[in-house]
Amino acid sequence: MRKNNPKSQSTELELDQPNIEDYLPDGHPIHQEPRGKLRLCDLLDISPTLSEAAGAIVDDSFLRCFKSIPSEPWNWNVYLFPLWCFGVVVRYFVLFPARVLLLSFGWMIFLSAFIPVHLLLKRDNNLRKNIEVFFVASWTGVVKYHGPRPSMRPKQVFVANHTSMIDFIVLEQMTAFAVIMQKHPGWVGLLQNTILESVGCIWFNRTEAKDREIVARKLREHVQGADNNPLLIFPEGTCVNNHYSVMFKKGAFELGCTVCPVAIKYNKIFVDAFWNSRKQSFTKHLLQLMTSWAVVCDVWYLEPQNQKPGETSIEFAERVREIISQRAGLKMVPWDGYLKYSRPSPKLKEGKQRDFADLVLRRLEEK
Amino acid sequence: MGTASSMLTQYDIEEVQEHCNNLFSQQEIVSLYQRFCQLDRNAKGFISSDEFLSVPEFAMNPLSQRLLKMVDGINFKDFVAFLSAFSTKATAHHKIELIFKVYDSDRNGKVSFKDILEVLKDLSGPFMSDEQREQVLSQVLKEAGYTKESSLTLDDFIKVLGQSELKMDVEIPVD
Repeated sequence: MRKNNPKSQSTELELDQPNIEDYLPDGHPIHQEPRGKLRLCDLLDISPTLSEAAGAIVDDSFLRCFKSIPSEPWNWNVYLFPLWCFGVVVRYFVLFPARVLLLSFGWMIFLSAFIPVHLLLKRDNNLRKNIEVFFVASWTGVVKYHGPRPSMRPKQVFVANHTSMIDFIVLEQMTAFAVIMQKHPGWVGLLQNTILESVGCIWFNRTEAKDREIVARKLREHVQGADNNPLLIFPEGTCVNNHYSVMFKKGAFELGCTVCPVAIKYNKIFVDAFWNSRKQSFTKHLLQLMTSWAVVCDVWYLEPQNQKPGETSIEFAERVREIISQRAGLKMVPWDGYLKYSRPSPKLKEGKQRDFADLVLRRLEEK
Repeated sequence: MGTASSMLTQYDIEEVQEHCNNLFSQQEIVSLYQRFCQLDRNAKGFISSDEFLSVPEFAMNPLSQRLLKMVDGINFKDFVAFLSAFSTKATAHHKIELIFKVYDSDRNGKVSFKDILEVLKDLSGPFMSDEQREQVLSQVLKEAGYTKESSLTLDDFIKVLGQSELKMDVEIPVD
């Protein structure tokens, strides 16, 4: 039976405490079910539906996840402004060149070793780790790892929340992971093809329809393999602004493995690490990081979870999402991250239509 | 008024406020402008249908297509004027007027039996048959003193909806 949930318009939109059991947002009706015989005014009164539409236009919980939340400008007076100017000079003319040099140096060492090794051997973890250290140092990454890192066993996958491409690098620094990534164009794609291939990464393409099954198969194969690197998956499927978490895709949770959650939280005082892929390319994002003071983040390795008996993959995914969101202080939102790239399916609309039709037909019976 | 800039001058705010008959406070207009800029992705000065549909909560609303016809390509002033019907300060008359406009898609000032059926179809989708919709509508129309052939005007709407309390308020988040 449907719950009688009277909610005013404004609280309907504040999905900061969402109903986790309801996957589709149509799980909660917004108005009290009226009683009594159906009259013309009831049919003509479309105000609840209109209000929902207007509410969505004014503010919605989905776009909030991808909004770069600017930090308060602090350089607004005579005393602080020169300080900030000095900071800009240091960041752009001292730190940035130093980092570029460091990065180039690292790359030179790496490539001079990697290319011959790549041609001779299948994979080499140590070298790759070294380049990552340079990468992270190149933006002065201060990463604090918490929690006992789960020991490497077979039949184990790692899942983490996703804020930027550098999530992967931050985590790689400590452990060699194989990651599943979206194929990118440009120089990033080149990197993916050459260097990351050696770690054993899996590629997917959001835009390809049949891709899902192929990827699911690849995931399963990887997990079965005994000497593959442990798999790291970002179940959100897209970059979110590190204040919210969107729904986890269930692919990672139906492999019959133990899932080790990892929570990543960036400290925004130093730089906003969220890669707003709509607003800036990865290159620009990287430059922004390299001209900031530091990238400071916390990484928590959380207790490995297994699927409970009688729990569906979706419930398992949501349970792990809650564990990660709680640790990283993220608000959970019941939307699928892929809605960034495509329209919601008509099924979501049908839920509301069914509710309306039921209501009308039921009241028609009442005399 | 600057179309592409993301800064609103005090003059702009006052102009917009006048255009919506002071139904929003200046702070609310600034908030609405931030939202407008967020939806208007390439700072064109208006929001296209596609950009409205990128809000999943809006796209899954049964009346989204009807509303899109009213707001497609809307600039900021009209955006605020459209939303002003949802202000808590708006009169019932103003709200009913918007409801009427949603029904009267051909803008001829009259809402026919067919027009209401179309809206009912949007709202109920595949869960009611055309016959059921016609039957329900004829029945309630008869009880209210109208016939299948009557065309309802805005005054009729005010008469029918004026009694009930319209819950049509949307709060503008102001930081």
